[in-house]
Amino acid sequence: MVWAILSIKVENKPGILFKVTHLFRSRNFNIDSISVGVTEDKKYSRMTITTFGDEKQITQIVKQLDKMIDTIEVHRLDVNNSVYRELVMFKIKVTKPEDSMEINKLASAYSAKIHDAKKESIIVEMTATPHQISAFEELAKKFGLIEMARTGITALEREKHEH
Amino acid sequence: MSDNNKMESMIGAAALMKSLEKEGVKEVFGLPGGANLPMYDELGKSNIRHILVRHEQSAAHMADGFGRVSRKPGVCFATSGPGATNLLTGIATAQADSAPMVAVTGQVPVAMIGRDAFQESDIIGMANPALKYSYQPRTPEEIPIMVKQGFYIAETGRPGPVLLDIPKDVQQNEGKFTFPDEVRVPGYHPWADPDITNTARAVELLLSAQKPIILAGGGVIISSAFAELQSIAELLMIPVVTTFKGKGSFPENHPLSLGPIGMHGHAEANKLMTEADCVLAIGTRFSDRSVGTFAEFEKNLKIIHMDVDPAEIGKNQTTSVAVVGDVRASLRIFGKMLMDKAVRTSDDNPWLKHVKEVKQYWRENLKLHPGEMGAAKILRKLRELLPKESIVTTEVGQHQMWASLFFDAIHPGTFFSSTGLGTMGWGFPAAIGAKTARPNVPVVDIAGDGSFNMTENSLATSVLEDLPVIVFLINNNSLGMVAQWQRTFYNRRMVGVDLKKCPDYVKLAESYGAQGLRAQSMDELSNAIKTALKSDIATVIDIPIDPEEDVLPFVAPGTGLKDMILPS
Repeated sequence: MVWAILSIKVENKPGILFKVTHLFRSRNFNIDSISVGVTEDKKYSRMTITTFGDEKQITQIVKQLDKMIDTIEVHRLDVNNSVYRELVMFKIKVTKPEDSMEINKLASAYSAKIHDAKKESIIVEMTATPHQISAFEELAKKFGLIEMARTGITALEREKHEH
Repeated sequence: MSDNNKMESMIGAAALMKSLEKEGVKEVFGLPGGANLPMYDELGKSNIRHILVRHEQSAAHMADGFGRVSRKPGVCFATSGPGATNLLTGIATAQADSAPMVAVTGQVPVAMIGRDAFQESDIIGMANPALKYSYQPRTPEEIPIMVKQGFYIAETGRPGPVLLDIPKDVQQNEGKFTFPDEVRVPGYHPWADPDITNTARAVELLLSAQKPIILAGGGVIISSAFAELQSIAELLMIPVVTTFKGKGSFPENHPLSLGPIGMHGHAEANKLMTEADCVLAIGTRFSDRSVGTFAEFEKNLKIIHMDVDPAEIGKNQTTSVAVVGDVRASLRIFGKMLMDKAVRTSDDNPWLKHVKEVKQYWRENLKLHPGEMGAAKILRKLRELLPKESIVTTEVGQHQMWASLFFDAIHPGTFFSSTGLGTMGWGFPAAIGAKTARPNVPVVDIAGDGSFNMTENSLATSVLEDLPVIVFLINNNSLGMVAQWQRTFYNRRMVGVDLKKCPDYVKLAESYGAQGLRAQSMDELSNAIKTALKSDIATVIDIPIDPEEDVLPFVAPGTGLKDMILPS
């Protein structure tokens, strides 16, 4: 099983997210995460979908997506040569006054931001790789993780050559 | 700017008819209802012929049959809600067999969409996985470009069904129109450029094989690559098997023809397919019904795969060389490369000798049903009396597989069946659609009673619209294929398969104003076929057979072609 990041440029029209996700369902593929937003050209949106599968399955997903008429470009990003990040919000429990300080310290170690610091809880916002997010999640669990919300990965590939 | 590009005022429904006329549409199959009345009103004023069906599913199958035969999209009309959902099976059938179709449905007015209005259904959402593409115009002005694009998408590349779902107010509202002569669809690339490098590799690989075979699929028929296929097979003296959908891609009376492989393939075809060391597979998706288990099929076999659809490469089978592109174009390059190499194979090689022996053995020794009205005998009689250029469709079940085994398709592209979705009830309306496309040749639906039951009300269309086809009804008073599986895999516990001789098909045909004939002996059968061929009304030939007759050979699901069950 490999993890793949697919970057899909689609026409910015209603109904296309439905068709893309429907394709995953009807072809028996799984979506690990999905994020969608408009591109530099307002005519197009970019969907970033991460998925797991064997090489044969990933190749097949890319081909099926490519075949869709509404997709303009489909790229499987080189995971080692891409910048990929996810935004996450943690609502962490504060039980004793020291917790608050420790959470603050932890957040700054991860370059995360603190929001809505209350007596009972703190919201931490962080942009990171899924790996870093998992690491932070483990640490946050020690205090008590009330809620978590993730956006799914968005990514761009680095330029391959120096110009 | 040409005159075509002048702005014209009319309502959306009129623009639809004008757009269809511009696409060369001469007939549509359909049934009116509340949400497509504006279309029907304009249809009545146009030069397009309307062929009225008695159920929308049949309209879709007729459009499908028309499309497969003419290789231009067949058009079907239905109203919103149940009208549209009744099309669904027909749309899915066309998608599974890559048939060009444009379905036009009425929809509730834009302002009512999403409010669970009367006869509202989200047909685009429902049909999405069974469609090549879909459109729902929100203004009348969008209609001409959507029709133009829709036809282009439906008939190019790997063909398929396109849905145009038009809200009633969009049909009724006035607009100012231009009718485009050309369209661009940015994300759609129906044909890859001919792949010279891989074609050269394919040539090398095939020439290096000791036991080569050609597997011709439905893609050969869709791209009309009959002559190209035949010349390569003859030049290299390579035997040709087909998929069931590829039946009719290579003349089955040709010395190199071995017939279809698969679950009910010819014994010689299945046997030799498993012995081959290299296959040139053309326009096929390696359906499980054709190849059995995937891993078993590709064992010790080098696969050269030519297909128009890049997503088919590597989907079911691992390929050694893939050539993506229109198979006719690819085969032309392939053939030219062979000519340049001045390759010629004599028929004096051990593989071909073996092929001939195996073929001859099974043609002489396959045990057939002993009765006078055995399936092989009646289908061979039909072949003998039917002109070679006749179009044949089938329903789905035992009769279909007997047709595959015992009815040779000789002229290119004369045999059509619901091979992918396996839709019972497809053959009869598809035959009517085929007759519409090819009114001057006989069209025969090889049917079973269970399947014919499903769309038999199309007799009204066949009679009233003067589209006479012959229903060759192989009648075992049961859902025969299911009965065969119950006999084979479920210890003869027969559940829900006995149709109890109901209805009387002769009387049924007559009640629709068609001709009903019953054939209980070979003499009666010959007479009935001759009478039907001379008749200018639809004819149902009811042919009672032994309900216990099985289709053999049989490759059980989940096994390989080498494990086929033969008649004992």
